[in-house]
Amino acid sequence: MHAGIIFFLVILGSVLFHIFTPWYWTDIASNWQGMDDTITLTFWVGGGVFVAVCLFMVYCVFRYSYKEGRKAEYKPEDKKLEKILTWATTLGVAALLAPGLIIWNQYVNVPKNALEVDVMAWQWGWQYRLPGEDGKLGTTKVTNINDENPFGINVDDPFGRDDILVQSDYINLENNKPVKILLRSVDVLHNWYVPQFRSKMDAVPGIVTFYWFEPNKVGEYEVLCAEYCGVGHYAMRGGVEVQNTEDYNKWLSEQETFQDLIAKQEKLEFENKKIVKNNNFILNKDIYKEE
Amino acid sequence: MSDEYENKSSYQAQSSETISGTGSGVSPDMDYVRPAENPEQDLYHAHSFIEKWVFCQDAKVIGVQYFLTAVFTGVVGLILSWLMRLQLGFPGLAGFITAEHYYQFVTMHGMIMVVYFLTALFLGGFGNYLIPLMVGARDMVFPYVNMLSFWMFFVAVAVLMASFFVPGGPTGAGWTLYPPQTILEGTPGHGWGILLMLISLSLFVIGFTMGGLNYMITILQARTRGMTLMRMPLTVWGIFTATVLAMLAFPALLVSSIMMTLDKLLGTSFFMPTILKAGEVLEYGGGSPILFQHLFWFFGHPEVYIVALPAFGIVSDLISVHARKNIFGYRMMVWAIVGIGALSFFVWAHHMYVSGMNPWFGFFFASTTLIIAVPTAMKVYNWILTLWRGNIRINTVMLWCLGFIVTFVNGGITGIFLGNVSVDVPLSDTYFVVAHFHMVMGIAPLMVIMGAIYHWFPLVAGKMLDEKLGKWHFWTTFLGAYSIYFPMHYLGFIGVPRRYYEMYDSPYMTSGVGLNEFISTAAFIVGAAQLILVFNIVKTMKTGKKAEKNPWKANSLEWFTSTVPPEHGNFGQRLPVVHRWPYDYNVPGAEEDYLPQTAAPSEVAHTEVEKT
Repeated sequence: MHAGIIFFLVILGSVLFHIFTPWYWTDIASNWQGMDDTITLTFWVGGGVFVAVCLFMVYCVFRYSYKEGRKAEYKPEDKKLEKILTWATTLGVAALLAPGLIIWNQYVNVPKNALEVDVMAWQWGWQYRLPGEDGKLGTTKVTNINDENPFGINVDDPFGRDDILVQSDYINLENNKPVKILLRSVDVLHNWYVPQFRSKMDAVPGIVTFYWFEPNKVGEYEVLCAEYCGVGHYAMRGGVEVQNTEDYNKWLSEQETFQDLIAKQEKLEFENKKIVKNNNFILNKDIYKEE
Repeated sequence: MSDEYENKSSYQAQSSETISGTGSGVSPDMDYVRPAENPEQDLYHAHSFIEKWVFCQDAKVIGVQYFLTAVFTGVVGLILSWLMRLQLGFPGLAGFITAEHYYQFVTMHGMIMVVYFLTALFLGGFGNYLIPLMVGARDMVFPYVNMLSFWMFFVAVAVLMASFFVPGGPTGAGWTLYPPQTILEGTPGHGWGILLMLISLSLFVIGFTMGGLNYMITILQARTRGMTLMRMPLTVWGIFTATVLAMLAFPALLVSSIMMTLDKLLGTSFFMPTILKAGEVLEYGGGSPILFQHLFWFFGHPEVYIVALPAFGIVSDLISVHARKNIFGYRMMVWAIVGIGALSFFVWAHHMYVSGMNPWFGFFFASTTLIIAVPTAMKVYNWILTLWRGNIRINTVMLWCLGFIVTFVNGGITGIFLGNVSVDVPLSDTYFVVAHFHMVMGIAPLMVIMGAIYHWFPLVAGKMLDEKLGKWHFWTTFLGAYSIYFPMHYLGFIGVPRRYYEMYDSPYMTSGVGLNEFISTAAFIVGAAQLILVFNIVKTMKTGKKAEKNPWKANSLEWFTSTVPPEHGNFGQRLPVVHRWPYDYNVPGAEEDYLPQTAAPSEVAHTEVEKT
């Protein structure tokens, strides 16, 4: 008898925990409400099955505990019951699968007007690239990456010149504007994950992966790496600030383009060369003096 | 070679017709069982201590050896989990746990528990001990290979444990060993640690193949007369199907281990694309990290069922015996095991929904994954329908079975969340996943292992474990484990990612701190509670009650050996002849509430047996 009571309390406790839990979804800040809804649906159906099965078990424990001399039923099979249970389960599973697949279909089909954001990951940090005025990102190559070209943009690609570079773990996004995250990694697997946006995808070295979402709540969010990437994994954080259009555009206009970076570096190089020349000149003068 | 059973030819020649004549007053054909097709096996009997207890060819001793070695690794895994929980619940309290250490603990805990503990325990331990006994064989068909199998496993464990002591320590790549980080700087143990892990895994697969061939062929070829496939206990069905899965799945692990070893040692690029590391381009290029994930999960998902199917089988038998009722829907149960086994090869990429593989795969793998829920649910229904209208002994064994049902249904339901592709997106790589798989393939199979220990201990050791201690052991373990993993799901909802050494103070995650402390405390208690079992075993061996023969009044053949514990050769002079399935409990008209598999129809002609 004790056993039945304790098992019953475990089931009851589970249900109460679920109802009163202070630990639940972080407030959603993207368009993926459908994911939350499917989870709620799964909780109802799955939770219902869990409670039903366990309560039936508890009932059996109470009702059919061992009594000397009692005969258990002898019924090896019950085709009808088994058939009913099979079909009912199939139906339930299909009811859960359908919304799951519908939302997945949305997840893999990116809206045409989505802003492409190149998220580049390495051990252990992030940086971002946005398309410039032409609306297109330039192509990249890992082997192009160096101090002058931190994103590895193909210099010959005309689309790459006006790309906006954000050399920081933090990026800003425009509210209510769909974003297509293009993920690439230069070393190991990573995953650009913001719990409030619900969505995620691994960054895989060698290929470009993608996913999309539409932020719909202005605010600052933490970015976490969600795919184990070595000993600094837990510290690989970043941030997103979702802004309204005005603020976002202001932020955008302050960012540097690839062209700017090249110009800046050429200038720097030019100055460097000038310094070298001057030095040589002074040096040469000294030599002359000695002679 | 064989020095006993010299007169075996005489009873071999004895056809079943001669036996069948003995039934009194019934038709002589009633008890007919087809004569044996194969001659009796030659057994090599031990001649020395070493042959008897070390390099032993008796499957039962090998089973115990497997069991003890696996339990040893399990204890190591448990200690590692304590250290992890120490860091997660009380960060900074144990200063010696650095991030490197933490990831090494995570990795070794995972690999040890899944492969070296659970797989070896179910198939090597229970498989070896129970298969020959339950199918009515004298031993495995290849005893020598069986012995090699264990020693190969032993070496694999030794190599694995050695990695704790090499420079750089064991690998900290996560138990999934995803390249490229696995073999690159930035991951702890990327030198010796990972190499030893890959070598150990390869050895394990080789050793397991030797054992697996034995289990399969023994079940297919060495069943005693009358033991048709559809009369086998579900334990044997579970282990058999799991072995077939293992034989098909482990090669994927072996090749991926070998390929990664080549990437590491020879600089091949199976899994290695162009990589920029510390400003330098490494000498790799063109490989695919996702290829490894496909290979790994092609092994990894069936692996889940390699653990689960023997547990399903064993728990079915335990429930039936202790509910004094036939297992409900035996044929459905068999086909569910086989069906789940077959389907398990078509669901692997549900571990990879957000891996960057072509996202269109998601539709296929979500569908197959949810289809597998149907036969699994049928098994659950049949377990509780077996309890229904039974005559349930609420003893320790049954408690573990009930605990299994609760944890397995719980973990199965959360599996539907994760299998359902778009629901998986927010939950993957969070603590929801950790909670799910620990509940469904950690705690649930562990419940079965414990139940099986209490159930078969009288057979193996000849003594009854203490019931009172057993119940304490059960309730602390069950309630403790449940309160670890049930609330842990909710950390996943908050969004807490897994494999984080430290959460810092992410604003929305601070509420998880108290919960983490609670979970850690529960983990320490549950781990320590396992000492109750150790104490129980020690106490029982010293002062325990001697077990009578067949103490649970079970039907299957392992309880009908000539001696308890069974000697080498299991069944004395004559192998048992089987006339029925092992689930004839409370047959109307029968005097006792059980009919052993060996009961001939003529003995029970007055009963209303439906299924034989």
